[in-house]
Amino acid sequence: MATQTTATTPTTRWGVLAQYENTQTVFHAAEKVREAGYTQWDVCSPFPVHGLDKAMGIKPTILPWVVLVSALMGSASILAFEIWVAGVANPFIVGGKPLFSLPAFVPIWYEITVLSGCLAAFFGNWVLNGLPRFNHPAFASAAFERVTDDKFFVLIEASDPVFDLERTRSLLTQAGASHFEELVK
Amino acid sequence: MASTPLAPAIVLPDDPNVRGDVVLPELVTGREALVRGPHDFHSITEIVCKVNETEIKKTPTGLKVAIALSGALFGFFQLYVGYLIWMGPGIWGNNNPVGWAWDIVNFVFWVGIGHAGTLISAILYLFRQKWRTSINRYAEAMTIFAVLAASSCVGLHTGRVWLDYWLFPIPNQMGLWPNFRSPLAWDVFAVNTYLLVSLLFWFTGLVPDFATLRDRARVKWRRMFYGVLSMGWRGSMRHWMVYEKAYQILAAFSAPLVLSVHTIVSFDFAVSQVPGWHTTIFPPYFVAGAIFSGFAMVLTLMIPARKWLGLKDIVTVKHIENMNKIILVTGTMVGYAYAMEFFVAAYSGNDYEGFAFINRAFGPYWWAYWIMVGCNVLTPQLFWFRKIRTSVVWTFVLSFFVNIGMWFERFVITVTSLHRDFLASSWDYFVPVTEVYFLAGTFGLFFFFFFLFIRFFPVIAMSEVKAVMPAADPHWAGHGGHAGTGAGH
Repeated sequence: MATQTTATTPTTRWGVLAQYENTQTVFHAAEKVREAGYTQWDVCSPFPVHGLDKAMGIKPTILPWVVLVSALMGSASILAFEIWVAGVANPFIVGGKPLFSLPAFVPIWYEITVLSGCLAAFFGNWVLNGLPRFNHPAFASAAFERVTDDKFFVLIEASDPVFDLERTRSLLTQAGASHFEELVK
Repeated sequence: MASTPLAPAIVLPDDPNVRGDVVLPELVTGREALVRGPHDFHSITEIVCKVNETEIKKTPTGLKVAIALSGALFGFFQLYVGYLIWMGPGIWGNNNPVGWAWDIVNFVFWVGIGHAGTLISAILYLFRQKWRTSINRYAEAMTIFAVLAASSCVGLHTGRVWLDYWLFPIPNQMGLWPNFRSPLAWDVFAVNTYLLVSLLFWFTGLVPDFATLRDRARVKWRRMFYGVLSMGWRGSMRHWMVYEKAYQILAAFSAPLVLSVHTIVSFDFAVSQVPGWHTTIFPPYFVAGAIFSGFAMVLTLMIPARKWLGLKDIVTVKHIENMNKIILVTGTMVGYAYAMEFFVAAYSGNDYEGFAFINRAFGPYWWAYWIMVGCNVLTPQLFWFRKIRTSVVWTFVLSFFVNIGMWFERFVITVTSLHRDFLASSWDYFVPVTEVYFLAGTFGLFFFFFFLFIRFFPVIAMSEVKAVMPAADPHWAGHGGHAGTGAGH
């Protein structure tokens, strides 16, 4: 196990970080952390580990609902707009078609529905995740640079009610951590 | 290790420049490993990032030359566009019955090419085709640059390009609005939605890989550049869950977009009254052709790139074979559509329709028609032979045939249908003048952006490739506890 790189006091401590070498150990570590009753914690990994969300007890995201509402609103707005433009604002008869010619409105109606759903999925993803956020206590750790490469990390915040430096440390190291570090706020 | 291959085990050579090209016997059960060689997560990061992390001065010579040549062509394109805007489209060979010529041919050609990217990134994703992870990033980038090339064709063919904003529903002092019953207005919405959604999808996929480059950066500008692009991504599992859902939703929305965009492009033709255009077969026929041409363009770009960038372990001959199968299927669909057009023209008993098709095959542009049939229907049939579809050289050559054939398909549809109008007195023959430079210039634009992309952006979706490696499974037993070997799918 690597040595401590930063020493922290309870006032400056943000939390702790433990490094794991593969998905198997981080998976079991996550199960143990959850069973110990922690709530303010996270696992960071280079790719989404299948089933880890359930092991961590993460609730499903509300993103699909955000997307649904946005797509329906975009859908209704563009159809109303097409009807208003073609029937009220600019009432020209083109090709002998009626002013309200629904089949001809379908392609744009469809495209804008898709676009509103996609914009909601894109921006919803960042907003729900609190990103962009360019500072994070874990970024101070040199070991954490491998999180986007091949290492797996468990982060536990000091603000967690169950947090106790020594007990948390032994929980994480007994779960097979190859490195343990305290993080400064 | 869910399945045991029944075929005799073949020991792959150690040379990473050869390993990816070895054709393995087809397995009776199970699937071939997606990544070849003794790779773990870290070595995947290394070989993909190496491309981007090479110092600017040490860029591989092949890539340097490619960027310089395509950059020069792109610069020339900008000069040509200036000339075009100054002079107007009169510098083209378009004439009275042939009001749409290379401008629209190029537009449809480029939009079609874009479709393979979305098919790979969205439809193959939804069908859980894991092999797509090695090629989706390229293909998505290709989509964006192809749609940019297409937009420049269609945006510049309007004549008074400074009035292009009339295409969009912007409130104005004239109280005028676009005609929403016109296929040309549908087209504006379809292509712009397509461009925007492809960009969002591409960027979302890139974020975790930008974070990898940021974390490996040792120079300040690289840390800043990739840091901003990575949105501060830290691989949090809570983030991954929302991210994956967002990615799924984007894929689910993009999948029908693949079908709808080229359908709407085909409406530009099919909704008109011109014989040869006014057919209900156009939407599916255009979509099949778009995927066909797009896959060919992906192969044209990928085959040299995997060699230059040393990515043969990730983009193996198996990927090439899979793509060739899709080319074979869509090429055969396109051939069926060509035959069906003739059948419908004969069966309908409509004189104008019948004339339009006989004129296509045996009229003044017979040569264009037979180039199209030769390149799109006949040569792809060679992919029935496994020897040919697993041959990198054959694939590269045949992908060119498809690219050429699909450009000619759009030429045949657009120009031959128009040049013989309803009245014999208005018939004319179209000969291109300066639009040759226009076509060449769009290739400059496309390749310049594409080569810059492979120089500075991660060309393989690293996080996705890692996630489909056997060691990514938290319940994987592993080879004697050594996690991360690429074998054994």
